[in-house]
Amino acid sequence: MPQSSNTFVRFEKIDKSYDGKELVVKNLNLDIAEGEFLTLLGPSGSGKTTTLMMLAGFENPTSGEIYLDKKPISSITPHKRGIGMVFQNYALFPHMTVYENLAFPLRVRKIQNDEIENKINKALDMVSLTNFENRMPNQLSGGQQQRVAVARALVFEPKLVLMDEPLGALDKNLRESMQYELKHIHETLGVTIVYVTHDQGEALTMSNRIAVFNDGHIQQLSSPNELYERPTNSFVARFIGENNIINGTIIESDSRQCKVKTNNGETIHANPVISNNIGDATSMSLRPERVLINPSDEIPNKFKAKIEEVIYHGDHTRLRVSLLDQSDFILKVPNASNTFSFENGSEVLLGWDSQDCRALDFIGN
Amino acid sequence: MSIILTTEGLPLEKSLKKVEQKNKFRAFLLVLPLLLFLIVAYVWPILNLLTRSVDNRLISDLLPQTAIALSNWEGNEMPSEDIYKTFYLDLNEAHKQKLSGKVSTRLNYAKNGFKSLINKTRRKLKNFEDENYKDQFIDLNKKWGDIEYWQAMKVAMPKYTIDKYLGSVDLEKNYSGEIIQKPEKRRIHRTLWYRTFYVALGVTICCLLLAYPIAHLLSTLPLRYSNLLLICVLLPFWTSLLVRTSSWMILLQQQGVLNDILVYFKIVGDKSRLELMYNMTGTFVAMTQILLPFMVLPLYSVMKTIPPSLMRAGSSLGGTPFHSFRKIYFPLTYPGIGAGSLLVFILAIGYYITPALVGGASGTLISNRIAYHMKETLDWSMASAMGTMLLVSVLVLYWLYNKILGIDNIKLG
Repeated sequence: MPQSSNTFVRFEKIDKSYDGKELVVKNLNLDIAEGEFLTLLGPSGSGKTTTLMMLAGFENPTSGEIYLDKKPISSITPHKRGIGMVFQNYALFPHMTVYENLAFPLRVRKIQNDEIENKINKALDMVSLTNFENRMPNQLSGGQQQRVAVARALVFEPKLVLMDEPLGALDKNLRESMQYELKHIHETLGVTIVYVTHDQGEALTMSNRIAVFNDGHIQQLSSPNELYERPTNSFVARFIGENNIINGTIIESDSRQCKVKTNNGETIHANPVISNNIGDATSMSLRPERVLINPSDEIPNKFKAKIEEVIYHGDHTRLRVSLLDQSDFILKVPNASNTFSFENGSEVLLGWDSQDCRALDFIGN
Repeated sequence: MSIILTTEGLPLEKSLKKVEQKNKFRAFLLVLPLLLFLIVAYVWPILNLLTRSVDNRLISDLLPQTAIALSNWEGNEMPSEDIYKTFYLDLNEAHKQKLSGKVSTRLNYAKNGFKSLINKTRRKLKNFEDENYKDQFIDLNKKWGDIEYWQAMKVAMPKYTIDKYLGSVDLEKNYSGEIIQKPEKRRIHRTLWYRTFYVALGVTICCLLLAYPIAHLLSTLPLRYSNLLLICVLLPFWTSLLVRTSSWMILLQQQGVLNDILVYFKIVGDKSRLELMYNMTGTFVAMTQILLPFMVLPLYSVMKTIPPSLMRAGSSLGGTPFHSFRKIYFPLTYPGIGAGSLLVFILAIGYYITPALVGGASGTLISNRIAYHMKETLDWSMASAMGTMLLVSVLVLYWLYNKILGIDNIKLG
């Protein structure tokens, strides 16, 4: 495989097993470009953290090789890799002040004292924590500890920074503002960041590319909007965002469009993503916000539905309707000024474009 | 500042106190049984110990007039006829009440030889005539003409005395109240004190060196293995101290297992078997083994709270494993080291059975001496004084620990 010129990290045919019976990571091939913000996203046990730990050097691949800046690093111990890392629970040294925490990687590198002070001031300034040098970690709030951990991982100017669910312990508001902050830091410094999370919102907000992990495999590797708009398999469709699943069998197909017969005999026009073979079972994925109310005539899929439940969400209203024998069909209606009024039990005509309804691999009910 | 009122118009502070009082009372009732038990079984005996170590009323109660007479006597020339007479009257009185045995025992602590002197004298008391007591005494036994006996008696007379404390560090008071060293051949305590502290310190260091790696392993192993290992560490706790000590005797004696193995592998000759017991080595080895769990447990409990991510963080920041250990892990175990060392040291300086069984002459500690005074010489005041000194040295240690590391920092399991 030719290595592209700006590939900074490269996983090549990585397998990892802890017990010799099961593979946690299976034949992983992944290239990370210099300066990229790549997120490894997946449910727990999907192999994403293991992948990160192998890159950091705390776990060794069972087979395969990891290249950092084109050099194999499997035999290099973690402390010689020069990779910054932010840990899940920050891992700040509780017996050291903020200053000493940040000085640790610099003193190890035998940097002059005045330069250490310089770098620490710069790093603390970056995370807006000037004047916190003499605090102990336990005197800081969760968000502040988080920033110190980020500053510590960046202060020795590594070219690669790994983050293992760093925002997991923060409350919702703080988590959101930290996401923007991390994104800005990434943009300013231009470091390569590999970020692990199980929170899709986090992944979508910050990343250049997202690798969705499940069962030791990368299910899809693409940019956030690509991932959300065009999932390539049912796992990704279900994992990222909300969606309605309709099962059926392909009865007619060309490259742009296919017809799917649902279990109760209706025919749906859909977008064939995986299979074109007539007779294949498929699960179609349809985003709730892509469902139209009272659709225009050119929309091919039109069905009558009964409203079961109306939930007001502030910026949008969520409807649960019965449609095609499914009573858990969800749609989202933005609360614009000319909004419809919904009532439980009333009937409504729904429709969607065939391109928005993606026929993916069959996953059953 | 104005007083804050509750909705009902009562001062807030008062209402709060009222509510809390009930809880406080309930809490007090819960601790009451233990408190009473502690007072009866701990505080009172210790106070008793403290008073007993300075209480010297026995002899002045038995010989009340003599005590007064001797306190007025200078002590540098022979006592006068009056003193002899007073002593006669007191001793006769004591003899009649069958208390002269106590007098002889007590005075014998002050000076060897008093016991037989008084015992010989008291049988002749009834033959004494009513004048020239001094001559009659000296005729009876020429020791009564020896000023040293009278001086010793004078020193022994005060109602309260620190003589026992002086005695336990090989000092004594002479008749004029100066504190002087005991004669060389009677100095034994100071060596014992030094040895006790030396052994306690050594055992603490050995325990720390042995326990640290084990505790670390325990804290990092998966639960099912660490439980098994912990049971192995705790096993000694479930075995009688006596059994453990005697098994060390089987291992360490000259015809014992260890020597047999060394001889078998020709590491030592059959004629030059090592003396591993009845000396300091035996005390050291056995005490280290017995006290080891007291070091492992506090260390383990501290190490378990140190997240493994800290060492990983150290390593990801570029610290070599040793550097990370020294700067991150080790400082975080200080509370465990402090607690374990304090515990082991305090237990070690008061250790009794093990040194008594495997220590021999050169391996006995101060506690064995205390037991000796309790059981053999029946000089309980001496035992109390030494016990008190042991107690005080523990308290001093505790105070020092608090001063240097802070007692809040301690972590005992």
